[in-house]
Amino acid sequence: MSKENKDNQKLLTSFEFEPGKVEKGYTDRRLYINLSENKIEEKPIDLEAKETFTGGRGYGIWYLWNAVSSNTKWNDPENEIIFCTGPICGVTQYSGTGKTHVVTLSPETGTVNDNNVGGYLAPFLKFSGWDLLEIQDKAKEDVIIFIDGNKGKVVIEEVPGINSDTYLLIEKLTEKYADDEKDKRNLSIVSSGRGAENTNLGILNVTWYDVRRKKVRIKQAGRGGTGSVFRDKKILAIVTKYSGVNAGSNNAAYPELLKKAGQRLTKEISKLDHIQNGMRETGTVNLLDHMQNYNCLPVHNFKFGSHPDAFKIENKIWHQRMTQNQAGDSCWMGCAMRCAHAVDGFELSTGPLKGEKVLVDGPEYETTAGFGGNCGCFDPDFVLEANFYCDNYGMDTIGVSTTMAFLMECYENNIINKEITEGLELNFGNIKAALELIHQMAEGKGFGKIAGLGIRQIKKILVEKYGADAEFLQDIGMECKGMEFSEYVTKESLAQQGGYGMANKGPQHDENWLIFMDQVNNQIPTFEDKAAAIRYFSLFRTWFSLVGLCKLPWNDIEPEDNKQKYHGMEAAKVPEHLENYCWLFEGVTGKQLTPEELILQSERVHNLQRIFNLKMGFGTREHDIIPYRAVGPVTAEEYESRRELYDQQLQEIVNFDIKDKTTEEKIKTLRDYREEQYQKLCDAVYERRGWSSNGVPTLENIIKLKIDFPEILELVKKYQS
Amino acid sequence: MIKVNGRDREWEKNLTVDLLLKKCKYSFPLIMVKVNGKYIPKEKYQNTLIMDGDDVQVIHSIAGG
Ligand code: SF4
Repeated sequence: MSKENKDNQKLLTSFEFEPGKVEKGYTDRRLYINLSENKIEEKPIDLEAKETFTGGRGYGIWYLWNAVSSNTKWNDPENEIIFCTGPICGVTQYSGTGKTHVVTLSPETGTVNDNNVGGYLAPFLKFSGWDLLEIQDKAKEDVIIFIDGNKGKVVIEEVPGINSDTYLLIEKLTEKYADDEKDKRNLSIVSSGRGAENTNLGILNVTWYDVRRKKVRIKQAGRGGTGSVFRDKKILAIVTKYSGVNAGSNNAAYPELLKKAGQRLTKEISKLDHIQNGMRETGTVNLLDHMQNYNCLPVHNFKFGSHPDAFKIENKIWHQRMTQNQAGDSCWMGCAMRCAHAVDGFELSTGPLKGEKVLVDGPEYETTAGFGGNCGCFDPDFVLEANFYCDNYGMDTIGVSTTMAFLMECYENNIINKEITEGLELNFGNIKAALELIHQMAEGKGFGKIAGLGIRQIKKILVEKYGADAEFLQDIGMECKGMEFSEYVTKESLAQQGGYGMANKGPQHDENWLIFMDQVNNQIPTFEDKAAAIRYFSLFRTWFSLVGLCKLPWNDIEPEDNKQKYHGMEAAKVPEHLENYCWLFEGVTGKQLTPEELILQSERVHNLQRIFNLKMGFGTREHDIIPYRAVGPVTAEEYESRRELYDQQLQEIVNFDIKDKTTEEKIKTLRDYREEQYQKLCDAVYERRGWSSNGVPTLENIIKLKIDFPEILELVKKYQS
Repeated sequence: MIKVNGRDREWEKNLTVDLLLKKCKYSFPLIMVKVNGKYIPKEKYQNTLIMDGDDVQVIHSIAGG
């Protein structure tokens, strides 16, 4: 902090609490903060909520449901931003147990949003004594919320006039709040940046201290604009401090079960990671080569699935750029996967930190595919610069790159021009313009002001102000429910189209990722098979967020003989890891859990989230429709790029005689067929989920799931035909 | 005609597992191959011939996003 800032700093309020006691993974209390009233309170977790919603995101959605009305907008004072832990969160004997889940109303979708993020926040919160941190209302000036978990104190300080960008802020705050070098590892900071203030695509960065590098590292809560809510509430940062984490911190019921599961997984990772996914070498970016080889890498706004220049950003390149063998690449203690890689000493060529040599956290697959493939900028230095600045400014690399790719296609189709973009030549592959647009978005200046609204709102402006063709924009604007698609081409995977379209919060792959099981392995050929997979895996993946887990150690590593011992969908569940999860839950909470009960826990929360969408005016069938670009070829250029495949499908599956037919005629017939398939899939999935044909959970299902709270029943009754 | 992951594909003489994987552009390193339900270890890909009418499964162990 500069001297000037210190003078401006003002203590608004403080609150003392009994440092928490964690009992079998839970503290049973939540920390509530109201920023306009400077009120800090301890509130209990209701027993009924615990029984019904398990923890983590389940709690978050339930308490947000209670806090907002159907009229609440994302930037209304009553919207909350809720940081959730979970009963398994913080276990140090098992890999991937440090995730924080964040719940809030999204500026992009207008409904409930959830994110998961690494870093040390959630375990520190829980061990300080809180299952949840719930923040409501807005401060007048920027504030820092400091939670000292050992001293049992929460302090809110007003700190006006500080640059909110993450990179320098987190270094300064770490210096300020740590007693000495050793104490830095006891801090976890949440921050965002100016991009979150000026766009709807704001993210949260959550830190941990990398002891080996002596650097503060970050992970992102990326989707749906959570960071924009954070900055709208004028939170500059949340600093959590806790020392004393150990294997007993959760006061687990049966620690031996945690040890058993942990040892089994760690052994697998050590023995197999280098021959399986190489998560320890490059992390999720290992996917890039495979997506390119199997035509699933988004290129030029999802028009194509591969590109001859993709080798320039392939996995090998990142292996060279990322510093190898870094113990600090675990985003929570004890994670043997350590996939949170970084590029050290990267020199920035643009922006406010031009010329600085910085550490870039990442890049992950999504960032590389989004900026590299989808925007057609196959340049690793560009990917790193875009990655760094999006994080620093607090903007979502997926949301920004998918939006940018859409704008590039609009530019190349003369829907927008240099006059509208104020001089930016937004052709695919124009690195200079792409970087300039990122800076403009963060500043809320120039064309960046429009770009930062996200695709749904941009489409509206282009139609209303510039007379663009609404149908074409609907076809190529890759958003659903207001959220931009993450970075996979789904044209040849009906199941993944459904996985995206029927996901509660919008088209993010954390609910479902079925592309290979469907498109390549062909293991779920019928509508019923696909519906069963969509239902099961969306529920299974939801469970991670209830208990505080990272998804990656579930199936980014698997036992050597998994595919020989198990078949089809069963193998994809990775049964031995499922068994680990049951052991972990029982080991921590003392309650036995079968694989079926695990799914039931998720089903309650998943249905509640769908009903929350209903409460906010969404949640019905029409909102599950996806742009045709996600389903099939929109343009002749796309059709011709895979003519052989499409012609064959028309003849063999649709029974359409292609002789003498124009490309346009073929596109139309294929489209009619594929759109019908998507609707049939929706029917099958709704039925399998116990929802009506309008996509609304039935009363029968709600009662069966024991989520028949009066307000829920009243709402859902309106939709029963 | 053979089946590869349940889909029809032209059969040709001297088609080995190795050659089939190349023709299908199945470059992913972690795959498991079964021919008529029988598991074929990697070291036998080059010598295992696929016959007309065979049912081949090529399961990719990819976790994805
Ligand atoms: S697997 Fe990777 S992202 Fe997940 S907890 Fe471990 S280091 Fe973090």
